[in-house]
Amino acid sequence: MTDAEIIALINISLTEEFELKMEDLKPEALLFDDLELDSLDIVDMVVVLESAFQFKIREEESIRQIRTLGDIHNFVINKKNALLN
Amino acid sequence: MRRVVITGLGAVSPLGSGAAQLLEALCQGRNGITRVPHLAGIGGLRSQVAGLVQAIDPQKIPRKYRRSMSPMSIYAILACQEALTQAELTPAHCASGQMGVAIGSTVGSPQATQGFFEDFLRSRSLDRMKSTLFFKIMNHSCAANIAQALEITGRVLAPSSACSTSCQAIGYGYEMIACGKQDFMLCGGADEFHPLTAATFDIMNAASFRFNERPQQTPRPFDRDRDGVVCAEGSGVLLLESLEAARKRQATILGEIIGFATLSDPTHIAHPDAAAIERCMRAALQDGGVAPEAIDYVNAHATATEQGDIAECEAIHRIFGENTPVSSFKGHLGHALAASGALELAAVVGMLNRTCLIPTLNLENVDPRCAQIRHVRQVANANLNTVIKNNFALGGVNSSLVLRRYEDD
Repeated sequence: MTDAEIIALINISLTEEFELKMEDLKPEALLFDDLELDSLDIVDMVVVLESAFQFKIREEESIRQIRTLGDIHNFVINKKNALLN
Repeated sequence: MRRVVITGLGAVSPLGSGAAQLLEALCQGRNGITRVPHLAGIGGLRSQVAGLVQAIDPQKIPRKYRRSMSPMSIYAILACQEALTQAELTPAHCASGQMGVAIGSTVGSPQATQGFFEDFLRSRSLDRMKSTLFFKIMNHSCAANIAQALEITGRVLAPSSACSTSCQAIGYGYEMIACGKQDFMLCGGADEFHPLTAATFDIMNAASFRFNERPQQTPRPFDRDRDGVVCAEGSGVLLLESLEAARKRQATILGEIIGFATLSDPTHIAHPDAAAIERCMRAALQDGGVAPEAIDYVNAHATATEQGDIAECEAIHRIFGENTPVSSFKGHLGHALAASGALELAAVVGMLNRTCLIPTLNLENVDPRCAQIRHVRQVANANLNTVIKNNFALGGVNSSLVLRRYEDD
């Protein structure tokens, strides 16, 4: 998958799960403040991403640093790249 | 003890959304039962009819609250919102600490439970389990979701006694207000349909299946040709309030709860007993300080099972004789289990105010063993003042409520 394809899949997955508007999915959007997600949503976001990308990320320490949608994009891209190497 | 009045009604049922629509449908003799095609593919299940909720819009509920709701909580929150709107109560009342919730269901969401176990038993993995699952399958799912969504800060109670659930919820809410513990209570019940519910009655030979091709003709309470329960879904809610609070804010009062009883019947876990039903109704009358002669109408539980109908008729006859009008709304609605009592009571409140009697639908030939009481056979005008309402549950949980038209005295 290209980075653009990864970002597109993330955005579609989050849109479907959390009923977000595609136009609100800007990389700088804060998950809690801008997209109005909360701690339960973050748990489910991990489930959604694991299902979409067929990897395990729940125990990854760096996931706790995620604040924005762009952070998610970068996290998943890095994870995919790491799995390829 | 404080007097307790009804100031709001809410209903989501197979006959549509809205308590007024429910009353109208009952008056018109409409039946909400349909054939459910997917039930035909379930081995061992004979009953293929049900009363299903149609055409509601869950999207009206913000996702933040809806994500933890199964269908039963969605029905319940819509019914609660209707009751609050009619009562003209505000978010400030909900957040006052004086508003409580007493709303139960038969079980936690069977649909959510099935969804989880379908994946779990196939994968032996919890990887796809969502954080909101528990909030759908916990026993107090409806009550908790309502309290969250409406930001209610008073007591939260989730009675669970199958078919007696909402009758008990209303009774317990009545007692809390009467005792001065709360000023307002949203009371009722909700259930969502699942084949397991129909199977529960079918396995006991108590579910209707001979009318699968003619769903409008079943269930048939008290009728010679009845063949059992038709399961349904929905939610009924009554907003109860202290008379003091209602007067203070000049609320429109729809009726008054004056008596309640709920008693265990340990004679058998599944078989209704006339003597136990009689004890329960007499206890409710005593609680309300009402003589049997003062009762103008009996709203029967009468689910169209042979044992239940006959036992209830016998008990009604022993107390009220042969002249007090009796009807059941199961012929219109089916049996919405935990929701049934509140849905039926909401319609009874409507009858009090519209001064009419609604007959038992599909009662064409009265079973001779149910003939000793006066069945309401057609819509009639009647000046009802005091009425009693029954609900009885598997497990031997009987309950009765006495209510009357409100008079400003």
